[in-house]
Amino acid sequence: MPVLWLILIVLALAFAGFVAGRARAISGAGDDRRALHSLPNYYGWNVAMKVMVPAFLVLILWLIAQPFIVNTKATGLLSETAVPEGSTLGLVMSDVRRVADGLDLVVDRGLLSAAEASDLTAGASDIRATLGNAGVAVGSEITPEVLAAAQSYRATNATGNLLRSIVVIGLALVGGGLALAQTKPDFRARNSVERGIRAILVAAASLAILTTIGIVLSLVFNTIEFFRIYPASEFFGSFTWSPSFGGGSQLGIWPLLWGTLYISLIALLVSVPIGLFAAVYLSEYAGPKLRAVAKPALELLAGIPTIVYGLFALLTVGPLLLSVFGRDGLNWMQAGTAVMTAGLVMGIMLIPFVSSLSDDIINAVPQSLRDGSYGLGATKSETIKQVILPAALPGIVGAVLLAASRAIGETMIVVMGAGAAARLSLNPFDAMTTVTAKIVSQLTGDADFASPEALVAFALGMTLFVMTLGLNVFALYIVRKYREQYD
Amino acid sequence: MYDSPLRKTEVDTNASKISARDVQVYYGDTHAIKDVNVEILDKTVTAFIGPSGCGKSTFLRTLNRMNDTIDICRVEGLIELDGEDIYDKRVDPVQLRAKVGMVFQKPNPFPKSIYDNVAYGPRIHGLARNKAELDEIVEKALRRGAIWNEVKDRLDSPGTGLSGGQQQRLCIARAVATEPEVLLMDEPCSALDPIATSQVEELIDELRENYSVVIVTHSMQQAARVSQKTAFFHLGNLVEYGDTSQIFTNPVDPRTESYITGRIG
Repeated sequence: MPVLWLILIVLALAFAGFVAGRARAISGAGDDRRALHSLPNYYGWNVAMKVMVPAFLVLILWLIAQPFIVNTKATGLLSETAVPEGSTLGLVMSDVRRVADGLDLVVDRGLLSAAEASDLTAGASDIRATLGNAGVAVGSEITPEVLAAAQSYRATNATGNLLRSIVVIGLALVGGGLALAQTKPDFRARNSVERGIRAILVAAASLAILTTIGIVLSLVFNTIEFFRIYPASEFFGSFTWSPSFGGGSQLGIWPLLWGTLYISLIALLVSVPIGLFAAVYLSEYAGPKLRAVAKPALELLAGIPTIVYGLFALLTVGPLLLSVFGRDGLNWMQAGTAVMTAGLVMGIMLIPFVSSLSDDIINAVPQSLRDGSYGLGATKSETIKQVILPAALPGIVGAVLLAASRAIGETMIVVMGAGAAARLSLNPFDAMTTVTAKIVSQLTGDADFASPEALVAFALGMTLFVMTLGLNVFALYIVRKYREQYD
Repeated sequence: MYDSPLRKTEVDTNASKISARDVQVYYGDTHAIKDVNVEILDKTVTAFIGPSGCGKSTFLRTLNRMNDTIDICRVEGLIELDGEDIYDKRVDPVQLRAKVGMVFQKPNPFPKSIYDNVAYGPRIHGLARNKAELDEIVEKALRRGAIWNEVKDRLDSPGTGLSGGQQQRLCIARAVATEPEVLLMDEPCSALDPIATSQVEELIDELRENYSVVIVTHSMQQAARVSQKTAFFHLGNLVEYGDTSQIFTNPVDPRTESYITGRIG
């Protein structure tokens, strides 16, 4: 039974459970809803919840576990000799899966009956041709072992699917039945639903955290794999980045890290003063009418996709800088793609981040502090400089660090604006590249995935992750340490 | 707590410090203050009493032009400080506020050290020639704020870390540090406990030696304890103005009598 059907059936059962639970509660109280502990709907929800939650939980676990079990079983049927020279077990297994899926498709199309498909023998008929008719291409000749494994794969899968349907629907029925049995007028359905809602919220929160852990783990394992085939001392010690897919690459992180930091620095130098001044103007000087227009207009900048900023860098800012600093002008710049180009455009991108967050923080400074300062005869700018900005500082630092993590993680503007040359240079008009841009280029090539040239992307990603994590922790520390409590 | 008036500092004068004539204040279309005429004397504590929303705080804020920071507020009439119209175009409101200091209802120390809180005014007005002089001003202000002994060992710790009563006295010291001629206090004790209140009240009485103090208060006992002159506001009108003893013992207007005996308010 397809999963979609299963889900629909459980939902239908839940709906039925809701109606039944509600009705049972009301009739149990002798049609007097005042005699119930909770509102009638709570009894309904209680039943619906107990139908759905265990059933769906088991369904999810089953969907995750079944492929593993089926795979292990089919792999067990393959002997060592089944793996041809120059191939791997993984490749053979993917053949097995293709054959198995292909056979299912053939049966679906009516080209073979189910019994015929199960009885196929390797030599007897031309399986490849049959599969080809159904539009499934199999690379190599199908050996008896592969076919046997494929048949086992199909059989286990079919049993698994059947069992899954039985267990899930069974659980739904059992859960619903138990909940209905509970449904008496003095049953505290309201509290039960409250506990259920709490559990669902906890599950959502832990899922988000677990995903993060999963992402980190996948980075960590691949990074460990990379350092097994490439020395860490080279990675962190070499000042050269020259990957060559023929082998003998030098994969020093420093040129990339330098590019990242240099571009981020320029971006922050552009965005922090402009964003902060804009925020001060909007929150302290601008009238309500202007503010109502200007703030959304500024935040519009945040909605522009970074690829569009990249185009802006490539087509407008780069040539503009080139005409001033290039061969016709000061001759500092060789091409339109440079650290300065990417940094300026990224700075523009970050202005709304800094201004919007700072604006909120400045507005949160209590009016009583402003009054106190004005009452002592301070002017507006004195008040802002000496009272409001110091009071808002922790939040502003947080905003700046947030912008910094954005800058460090930015990719598209760098790819299009900064060039692709990894180099260590102090000249902001040189082309450079960043960690993120190189992660893209290392993983999108057609390199062997097990080579250090591809795996280095994970080590780079890990470095980036640690950097931004450090920044965030630092930002939190600053905010906590200097936060003023206003009541 | 204090049923008898405080030991009053023996300073008496009849010199007028602030005189207001036919003052009208509008918030948008609301007529908040109507035809107020009052003479506030030098070296005297003047109390403004009246029910909530009667305009006493609004009137207080017109005296140092704090209402300028509110867009929809409009002031008409004449308010003179030492014979000069404070709403004259040539008057810089910023300079005026240095002369007419203000203490607010809720203690509002800046998120700075105790020292910097007090030094804030003298610094922006350039009152000290050097660090030593600034130290002196700060110490003097903190002594006048009756808080020096409590904070002299921790001038570098943040002002926001003090207790509520200490914070309010710090704010008074901060206002005093700019050497104002008039000190406006908008319910300075409403957020304080009785002990801190009595400390602040004693302080107000001492401040009378040097300043003209105007205090808005909801507590009639407080008005009776600290002030020499009392003005009773009702619905935007100044109903009665006179010596505190006369207002509280022998009010002329029936509304004043109703208010101080607790029948309206």
